[in-house]
Amino acid sequence: MKDLFLLLTIAAYAASLTFYVRFLNSGKELMGRLGTVFLGLGLVAHYFALLERSRGMHTVPYHDLYGSMSLFGWLLALTYLGLELFHRQRSVGAFVLPFILVFFVAAHLAPADRLSPPPAKGVVFAFHVTLSILAYAAFALSFVFSLIFLAEERILRSRRLGGIVWRLPPLELLERMSRSSVFVGLLSIAVGTVLGFVWVDRLHGQIWYYDPKYVVTLLVLALYVAYFHLARTAAWRGARASKLCVFNFFVVVMSFTVVNLYLSQSHRYF
Amino acid sequence: MVIGAIGMEIVLVGLNHRTAPVEVRERVSFTVEQSRKAAEELRSRGILAETLVLSTCNRSEIYGVPPESSHECAPGLSSFLSEFHEVRADVLNVSLYHHYDRAAVRHLFRVAAGLDSMMLGEAEILGQVREAYKFAHEYGATGPVLNRLFQGAIEVGKRVRTETELGTRPMSVASAGVKLAERIFGKMKERSALVLGAGTISEQVVNQLRDRGIARLFIMNRSRERAEELAGRVGGKVAAWGEWETALTLPDVVVTSVSAEEPVLRREILQGAMAARGNRALFLMDLGVPRNIEASAAELYNVYVYNLDDLTEIVEQNRQARESEVPRAETIVDEHVGKFLSWQASVELVGLVEALRARMREERASFIRARMDSMGHLGASERAQMESMMDELLEKLLVEPAERLRGEKELRRKIQNVEALRDLFLSNREKP
Repeated sequence: MKDLFLLLTIAAYAASLTFYVRFLNSGKELMGRLGTVFLGLGLVAHYFALLERSRGMHTVPYHDLYGSMSLFGWLLALTYLGLELFHRQRSVGAFVLPFILVFFVAAHLAPADRLSPPPAKGVVFAFHVTLSILAYAAFALSFVFSLIFLAEERILRSRRLGGIVWRLPPLELLERMSRSSVFVGLLSIAVGTVLGFVWVDRLHGQIWYYDPKYVVTLLVLALYVAYFHLARTAAWRGARASKLCVFNFFVVVMSFTVVNLYLSQSHRYF
Repeated sequence: MVIGAIGMEIVLVGLNHRTAPVEVRERVSFTVEQSRKAAEELRSRGILAETLVLSTCNRSEIYGVPPESSHECAPGLSSFLSEFHEVRADVLNVSLYHHYDRAAVRHLFRVAAGLDSMMLGEAEILGQVREAYKFAHEYGATGPVLNRLFQGAIEVGKRVRTETELGTRPMSVASAGVKLAERIFGKMKERSALVLGAGTISEQVVNQLRDRGIARLFIMNRSRERAEELAGRVGGKVAAWGEWETALTLPDVVVTSVSAEEPVLRREILQGAMAARGNRALFLMDLGVPRNIEASAAELYNVYVYNLDDLTEIVEQNRQARESEVPRAETIVDEHVGKFLSWQASVELVGLVEALRARMREERASFIRARMDSMGHLGASERAQMESMMDELLEKLLVEPAERLRGEKELRRKIQNVEALRDLFLSNREKP
C-alpha cells in the first residue's frame, strides 16, 4: 500500500510523457488529450504519495530536502497543467514531463529517514513555504520554455534545421507561455514573501533580524519583474528576453544552493 | 479458388506514374460515374464478382475478386480497360501491371501508405483510397473480400502516418516555407502575409498559405493589374508597390518572387520596418533568382530570411528523412499483409472444413451401405445407433481442428496455402 501511490504516480507521469511525445510526433489531438488526462491522474496520485509520505514520516513535505523536491515536482506539474489549459497548447508537455518525473523519482526513491516532527508553525508559515515553492516551480517552467526558445531560435536563424525543429513548439507560443509562467511565479513569490514577513513579525514581534535570503528574494523578484516588462518591449522581445529569463533562473538556483546552505539561517530547503 | 459462393482471390490491373506517361494516364482515368459503370459491366460480364476502381491523377487501378481463377481473368480485365476507355490494347498493355493475391494486397497497402506515390509519403492518397472505397461500397460493387481489404488499407495508411515520419515533413519549397513560418508564429489562422510578385511561384505559396488558413493576404506587384487579378482569384487585397512603410508593418510573413537585378527589399527598408513593428518577428521567404532580399538583412534582430537555396536544401533533407522512414513503413505494410492473408485463410479454411464434413457424410453413407449387407443380423435400431456413433466420431474428428483453426491465428498463418490441404483431402473432381 505504501508503494501503491508511488508506483501509480510514476506510471501516470510516464504514460503522460509517452502520450505527449507521440502527440509531438504525430500531431494527433487524441494523443495530446491522453497526455493531459494522465498528467491529471499523476497529479492526484502524486498528492496521495505526498500525503502518505508525510503521514509515515510524521512531517510536512517541506521539512526535508526530498519532501521539498517532491512538493516542487507536484507544483511544477500543477503549474504546467494550468498553463497548458490556459494556452490550449500541448506541444511543450513532452519537454516538461521529464523534469516532473525526475523530481518525483529522485525525491521518493531517496532513503526515507524517520524525521522528528517539525514544530507547529501555523497556517501562515505553511502558505509562505508552499507559495514560495510554487513560485520557484513556475520560474523553473519559464526557464525550460526559454531554453527551448533559444535552441529553436538558434536553429531557425542558422537555417541548418535537422529533424528536431519540426517537432518543437512555435517560438511565439514559447514566449507567451514563459511570460505567463513568470506571472504565476511573481504573484506567488510576492504573496509568499509577504506571508513570510508576517510570520517573522508574529514570531519575533518588533525584533527583526537580517537574513541574506531577504535580499536575494527581492533581487529575484526585481529580475523577474524586469523580464516580465522587457519581454514585451521592442528592444528585448525574442531571444534577449529569453536569455534574461535563463539568467534569472541561475540567480534562483544560487538562492537555493549557496544562500540556503551557507548564508541563510532560517531557510534550509526553500 | 472459390469457397461456396464467395470468391477469395484478388486481382489487380492498373497503371501509374511509373508505368505510363501522362497522355495514357489521362485517357484511362475514371470519374465516379465511370467507376460505377465499369463495376456494373465487369459484374454483368462475369469478369469480376467484386470491383473497386481507384483513380487519381497518378494512377488508375481496378481491384477485383473474380468468380473464377484470377489468373484467367486478368487478360479479360486488360481488354475490358482498353475497350472501356477506347485505348488501343497494344498501347495500353505496355503500361499495365497485373498483381494477384499477396502481391495485390501488398501493392494496395503500399499505395495507401504513400510508399508508391510520386511524392513519397504524400497525404492525399489515403483520402483518395478512402473515397474510392466509400463510393464503391455505396453503389454495392464491393463484397466481403474487398471490404476487408480496403478497411485494412485505410488502417495501414493511418498507422504509417501516425507511427512514422513518412508524411510529416514538407516536400515542396512553398510548403517548407509556410511550415517554417509556423515554427515561429504557430497556426496561420490569425496571421497575415504579404506576397511580392504575382507569378506562378507566388501563386503556389499563396495556395499553401490559404490551405494553412492565413487570415489576411496582401499582394504587391509592379503591375497592379496582375496583382489585382491574383488577389481576386485567391481572396486577398492589393498593396501599392513600393510603399514599404505601410506594407511591412502588419504582415508576419513576407514572400518575394519578383524578377529584379537588384534586391527589392534592402537592409535599410527592413530595418525601418522592424522599428515600426516594435521588433515583432518577421519571416521572409525569398524565392527570387537573383535574390530579392539583401543578404545582410538576415542579421537583423528577430528577422528570419530563407532563400530559394535554403528551402531547396530543407526539402532535400526532408526527402532523405522520408526515405529513411521507408523500412518502418514497409514493416507496418508487411504486418497488415500477414493479417489480411491470415483472415483470408481462415475464411477459406472454414469453407474447407465444411466441404470435408459433407464429403465424410457421403463416405459414411456408402460405407455403411456396403458393410451392412454382411451384417444382416443387426436390427433397425442397432443400425441407427451405429450410424449415429459413426456420425459422432466423424464430427469429433472435424470439430476439434475447425475450432482450433478459428481460434489460433498462428496456425492459420502456417496453413496459408489451403489449396494443398484441399488437394490432400478432396480430389479435384470434388472441389466445391
